[in-house]
Amino acid sequence: MSAGSQDTKRKIKLTLPEEEIMSPGHVACLGCGASLGMRYALKALGHKTMMAIPACCWAVIDGPFPYSAAGVPIHHSAFETAASTAAGMTHALSQLGQDDVTTMAWAGDGGTFDIGLQALSGAAERNDNLIYVVYDNEAYMNTGIQRSSSTPHGAWTTTTPVNHYRKGQKKNIMEIMVAHRIPYAATANVAFPEDFIRKLQKAKEIKGMKFIHLYAPCPTGWKHATDKTIEIAKLATQTNTFPIYEVENGVYKINRKIKNPKPVAEYLQYQGRFRHLSDDEVAYIQSEVDKNWERLLKLEQAFGEE
Amino acid sequence: MAKKTDKAEIIILETADDMPPMPASMGSMRVNKTASWRSIRPIILEDKCRRCMTCWKFCPEPAIYPTDPPTIDYDFCKGCGICINECPFDAITSEKEGK
Amino acid sequence: MKKVLTGNFAAAYGATAAKVNVVAAYPITPQTTIVEILSEIVADGHLKADFIKVESEHSALAACIGAQAAGARTYTATSAQGLALMHELIHWAARGRLPIVLTNVNRAMGPGWSIWADTTDSISERDTGWMQVYCENNQEVFDTILMSYKIAENEDILLPQLVNLDAFFLSHTSQVVDMYDQKTIDSFLPPYKPTIKLDVENPRSFGALTSPEHYYEFSYKIAMAHEKAKQVIADTGREFKKIFGREYGMTESYRCDDAEYILVTYGTIAGTAKDAVDRMREKGIKVGAFKIRYFRPFPVEDVVAGLSHAKKIGVIDRAVSYGHGGAFFTESKAAMYGHDIPMYGFIAGLGGRDVSIEDISGMVGHMQHQDPENMIWIGVKK
Repeated sequence: MSAGSQDTKRKIKLTLPEEEIMSPGHVACLGCGASLGMRYALKALGHKTMMAIPACCWAVIDGPFPYSAAGVPIHHSAFETAASTAAGMTHALSQLGQDDVTTMAWAGDGGTFDIGLQALSGAAERNDNLIYVVYDNEAYMNTGIQRSSSTPHGAWTTTTPVNHYRKGQKKNIMEIMVAHRIPYAATANVAFPEDFIRKLQKAKEIKGMKFIHLYAPCPTGWKHATDKTIEIAKLATQTNTFPIYEVENGVYKINRKIKNPKPVAEYLQYQGRFRHLSDDEVAYIQSEVDKNWERLLKLEQAFGEE
Repeated sequence: MAKKTDKAEIIILETADDMPPMPASMGSMRVNKTASWRSIRPIILEDKCRRCMTCWKFCPEPAIYPTDPPTIDYDFCKGCGICINECPFDAITSEKEGK
Repeated sequence: MKKVLTGNFAAAYGATAAKVNVVAAYPITPQTTIVEILSEIVADGHLKADFIKVESEHSALAACIGAQAAGARTYTATSAQGLALMHELIHWAARGRLPIVLTNVNRAMGPGWSIWADTTDSISERDTGWMQVYCENNQEVFDTILMSYKIAENEDILLPQLVNLDAFFLSHTSQVVDMYDQKTIDSFLPPYKPTIKLDVENPRSFGALTSPEHYYEFSYKIAMAHEKAKQVIADTGREFKKIFGREYGMTESYRCDDAEYILVTYGTIAGTAKDAVDRMREKGIKVGAFKIRYFRPFPVEDVVAGLSHAKKIGVIDRAVSYGHGGAFFTESKAAMYGHDIPMYGFIAGLGGRDVSIEDISGMVGHMQHQDPENMIWIGVKK
């Protein structure tokens, strides 16, 4: 093919909305999954969006006063208040007749799985009209890589050092949210932005509480090369470590069923945080991934579409 | 949409009176050219590029524009290398900065 | 229109009359009836607002912060443990310059569990940047909530305000309250129209990372807003009088003009002190009562003007700052520095212990015959 010809020009087809709302110049680390996540989210939701962002990497990424990179209004909130602050925002917008504005809470896994869980549960139970996105990088990254209840089994963090690596399962936040009987809960992965954007656009049209669990690798905390962010994120789904599914009004749908899932070891190998693991531990992690996947399949069988 | 605060200008606040009552942003982070973070420079090979825009899609800054061929904004590219790794056609190469 | 109302009803009706857009609150004794009555008023459509029934006080104030930041007028209410749970967000609201009004029904802190009057809860929020006002009766509760929005939302102020009333002595005691008609109230308090807020037409981030280069100035601005608030409070009090006939300043003097002994008080004890003053006056003791309404900003100028002719000054605190004394006492004493007037700090009524007219007369007796001390415990079983 001849580059630069009229012919090629016509072939350019973008699979994501073209407009960039988030601006460059932000201070995310190289290869940051969370910055990709925000870029996609704003492409999906557009200018008429306002956000509550608690203490998390994005409290810094957006930039210091007097600057901002997001391009939409942000209220930087206290750590445990993403959901409750956003609840206040959405009720205010409703009272002020601004129902065309989308309210989004954008929080990390610490602010969601741990310290913010109570407020999140409250907003979910009340079915407040907002989209809550947790960008999950599986540890307290902004404070320097301490374990959270989202840190997976086997991982090194600064509070689960190599000789005492994280033992136990990552909290299943999706099941917690589904248990609240909210109208929409979904997982998404920065490696599949079309899917993430479709889910946000769907969530935007649903009234009530929408929850999206976004998988967002962190090169700094996971100790992987900065160019591997998307590759690792893809592997997380291709190995069934992080399945992509949605639960709409209680109906489960797995969006990506992997025919021949790759071994988890392939996913683990690129990440320094798992480097210390013995073969036995890797086998154990594989067995847990398999169990979780089987459980999800059963949920879909039981509560999927007729 | 008119965005009064999206000016990419350095904001100088000499006195408290120049500042809003609370820390409310007054301009865009576009002022922060992150080029200096870069240790490798990605280079798009025009003849190998098939305009699939994968590089644009996965740029976390974003510092790649979906032009024909895609262009890299070297004011902002941090050199993470995702575009190089993800390009399905090996159409992005790199060189070390400051050589 | 006159109604017989408890303090909690007066507070709820005050918020209703202020036409708040969003209420977020969590029940706690003795504040509970505020939440109950407001949820009913909103559900019945008498107030066009959203009531967010949150799962904690922490979320109550967080929701108010989010709503206020988005341009709504908001209201919440709590007591003691609830206020303490809000503490982080108390700072957040002030530094965010969000003019939220919060009714705090003053209750003692546990343990042991106590639901009775004590102002340690609100005094503990002294350094947060909130304005703090203490009410003596239910009319003052209603009036103060209306004035609070006007003062807090003033463009030069933009500070949240804590409206305090004593547990049970006001919260659950019925008194006559004049309610006024809504049109008159609306003319006094127009809708909230913030010039700086979360706005998709002019997107800004609020509360971002702030370096030492700027943080200091934001603190300075809050301090300056407190200084300006003194004038705004006085002006608002005068405007309120013009429309409604009652005047409120930062302080109130009762029979102080020729007084040799002045008792400085706040909250419901101020009412009892006035009765005690009347009785002592009958016996020929030249005594007056000086009520402090505003604890923050602290009315230094009013205190100096109101007390500097006294021979002796006693300050009654229904709270104690352990290791030093009552906060109203230490603040008043600092204000009176250089006046060389003996000052007595009385601690009284903690955890809802009754403070009687006799107790107050006893304090004056103490001032007549004893040397001044910072912490004189009234009625403690020693």
